[in-house]
Amino acid sequence: MNIIYFLIGCSILLALIFLLAFFWASRTGQNDDTYTPSVRILFDDEVQPVKEELKSDEDHT
Amino acid sequence: MLAQKTIAQETQCYHCGDDLPKSPYTLDDKPFCCLGCQGVYQLLSSHDLGNYYAYNDVPGQTQKNGAQHFEYLDEADIAANLLDYSDEKISVITLYIPAIHCSSCIWLLEHLHKIKPTILQSRIDFLKKQVVVTYKNKELSLRQLVETLSAIGYEPLISLQDVVKKQKSDHSERNLITKIAVAGFCFGNVMLLSFPDYFGITNLDQEFKSFFGWMNLAFSIPVVFYSGRDYFISAWNNLKNGILNLDFPLALGITVMFIRSIVEIIGNTGAGFVDTLCGLVFFLLVGKWMQQHTYHHLSFERDYRSYFPVAVTLIEKGGERPIPLNELKVADRILIRSNEIIPADAILLKGDAEMDFSFVTGESLPVKKVLGEVVYAGGRQLSGALELEVVKPVSQSYLTQLWNNEAFFGEKNRIRTFSDRASKYFSIVLLSIALGAAAFWMFKGDTGKAVASFTAVLIIACPCALALSSPFTLAAVLSIFDKNKFYLKNTAVIEELARINTYVFDKTGTITNPDVSGFTFEGSITEEEKQLINDLARNSGHPLSRELVKWLNRPAKYTVGKYMEKVGRGITGTVNGNTLKLGSASFLGLEVKQPAKGAVVHIIINEQYRGFFCSEQQWRSGFKELIFKLGKAADLHLLSGDQDQDKQTLIPFFPRAQQMHFKQSPQNKLDYIVQLQSSGRKVLMFGDGLNDAGALKQSDLGVAVTDNINNFSPGCDAILDGASFYKIPQFIQQAKDAVKVIHMSFAISLTYNALGLYFAVQGMLSPLIAAVLMPVSTVTIILFTSIAARLYAKKNQLL
Repeated sequence: MNIIYFLIGCSILLALIFLLAFFWASRTGQNDDTYTPSVRILFDDEVQPVKEELKSDEDHT
Repeated sequence: MLAQKTIAQETQCYHCGDDLPKSPYTLDDKPFCCLGCQGVYQLLSSHDLGNYYAYNDVPGQTQKNGAQHFEYLDEADIAANLLDYSDEKISVITLYIPAIHCSSCIWLLEHLHKIKPTILQSRIDFLKKQVVVTYKNKELSLRQLVETLSAIGYEPLISLQDVVKKQKSDHSERNLITKIAVAGFCFGNVMLLSFPDYFGITNLDQEFKSFFGWMNLAFSIPVVFYSGRDYFISAWNNLKNGILNLDFPLALGITVMFIRSIVEIIGNTGAGFVDTLCGLVFFLLVGKWMQQHTYHHLSFERDYRSYFPVAVTLIEKGGERPIPLNELKVADRILIRSNEIIPADAILLKGDAEMDFSFVTGESLPVKKVLGEVVYAGGRQLSGALELEVVKPVSQSYLTQLWNNEAFFGEKNRIRTFSDRASKYFSIVLLSIALGAAAFWMFKGDTGKAVASFTAVLIIACPCALALSSPFTLAAVLSIFDKNKFYLKNTAVIEELARINTYVFDKTGTITNPDVSGFTFEGSITEEEKQLINDLARNSGHPLSRELVKWLNRPAKYTVGKYMEKVGRGITGTVNGNTLKLGSASFLGLEVKQPAKGAVVHIIINEQYRGFFCSEQQWRSGFKELIFKLGKAADLHLLSGDQDQDKQTLIPFFPRAQQMHFKQSPQNKLDYIVQLQSSGRKVLMFGDGLNDAGALKQSDLGVAVTDNINNFSPGCDAILDGASFYKIPQFIQQAKDAVKVIHMSFAISLTYNALGLYFAVQGMLSPLIAAVLMPVSTVTIILFTSIAARLYAKKNQLL
């Protein structure tokens, strides 16, 4: 049953890592703006015609 | 459906959604209401930013308001104050842009680099309406950056009082969140380690039991000394001032739980109350966080500095030069261009002054000033440049000196909330029960039980649910008000709202609607002549002409020849062969006695006087019903800075005529509130302009009424959108109901406490009962308050 000490140690360590990760996120301001990223992610990527040209060039060679 | 939508769009400007004029501007088959909107569209489409219009219909802002001048941003020391960061290559600035309102705004402002490649990055914080721009300062000046933003309709608001809020306030919130995280982390782990004990660990090794106990104790240390620290500090400070508030029994409960847990775990006599302790602190902090609801885009602490410009153009012998406002001295000569604000009381030296004092007085009709007259600070020049000589320093002007009044110093008396008052009795009763139980067992000669019952009473009666009743009820009401465009500074305002028994209204801009005005015509005029007036007036940018055209509401028919406008005085021209003159009496050379009220436009057609249009004020919609409803239960007063021309029309609304006061200066208004308060009244003041600022601050509850919440509003406790003005009685009722909900939830949590006390006084409280009772009572309270607050909101038609 002594394995319990090890398991509890592991579980607390894991929880501590998450806690520290949260501190880091909070301190670097990642929770300051909780709205804008949800809008930003919905914007379409720009269609870039330049890339298509490059592609067709590749096809030729 | 689809067809309907197209029709709707065709009557709207493609850029800003305003109604189209009868002859709209068109480009690429898209209609625009003005050249400004068309210009923005052209700029965006030429930079391949057409997507702006794809994410939302009509995302733009109207461009009719005219451009501002940003020369002052070229001054190094002004710019340095505004920048967040600057080195040889790049500069970073945070700008507050009130116009940000939809996803298209985010998209466009984060693609600024397409317009100016020298802008490296721009990031939006939508809720705060801020954009952080990083740009190459060698190739792009701050002024150019701001002008670029201005050109696409996103003009930043740069003012003396830092509108871009400093990070300070964020830190306190972040601190609280960190405390919640620590408490939550410990709570979770403690629960995990406590479970074996709940299910009976006796058949397992005793070794584990003490190990779990020690682990629990270790987890409780950060909860007590870090997360719960504020409760000790606040309880101690209040005790020193002789106040017993809810923090005292909370701090006492935490202390007792902690000490008893230490004793039990070290002495190996029990499992302690660490689980209850951690849960308690965690829930309390969550409640506190709920209460700290902030509106990032609103400021309740504004004064004149957030409204005045940052810099002003100084006229020197060598020429013109922008200087920061705090360097402005008496006897300086300043240049005010159209659309700029007069920053200090000054004498008019040159130019046609036509001032819009709507921010100051709420009056939307412009005021004319003649040469040599003193122009008070706060007015906005409408057209043409002015030269003025400063006669008073900025801080000593007619309006700004109001801020030197004592009402603005020191905190307003802290609003006494129901829980403050109740907790005093609660603490006393709690302590007497605890001592009584201890004395009882002492008397019986059972010292062990005496200590056990004393501590158990303090633990079980720890008013967690009680402490959460107010925050959760008020937070729910706050968000309901929020949905109805009534924004409160904090939750305590709701309880104050329920206590108000006297209402004071400002007139202009508060109970009148500045946007809608009607006209009456006195004299005789034919429909055809109205058409002529309409066609002539539509050429003028003057507010009165615009209102008149809006009111006449007919398409343009004829072209106008020989058009001439004397700014702020009148217009002339020939329409369909007729000579028309519109304007003030002095412009037309008339000897007409001014009628009693409103602004007047006199009409002369073919050298023949036809009469005049007189503008009428319109009350906000629902004003009549509102006054009737409020007047049943409370006293109503009116304070107006204007002449008493409207007195007769207002008499039906305000039954006691002696409670209507006209020609009130800002100081008079403030004094009037003080006088009402000294007779024991709880005063709510509705105001809108800077001239109400003193009264708003002095009153028990100051509510600023505004039609655009992004616009300036003076410092106050609450901001009400003009569109929700008619809902005021409902808001008051909801506030009263909220207090009722708090009372009910107090009763519920007291029942839980009594239940726990039944076990506690007998000295047989097991940790399990405490661990179950605390979260159950907390969850009951949270559910009850949120549901009850919403049910009441439904009843009051606010949801």
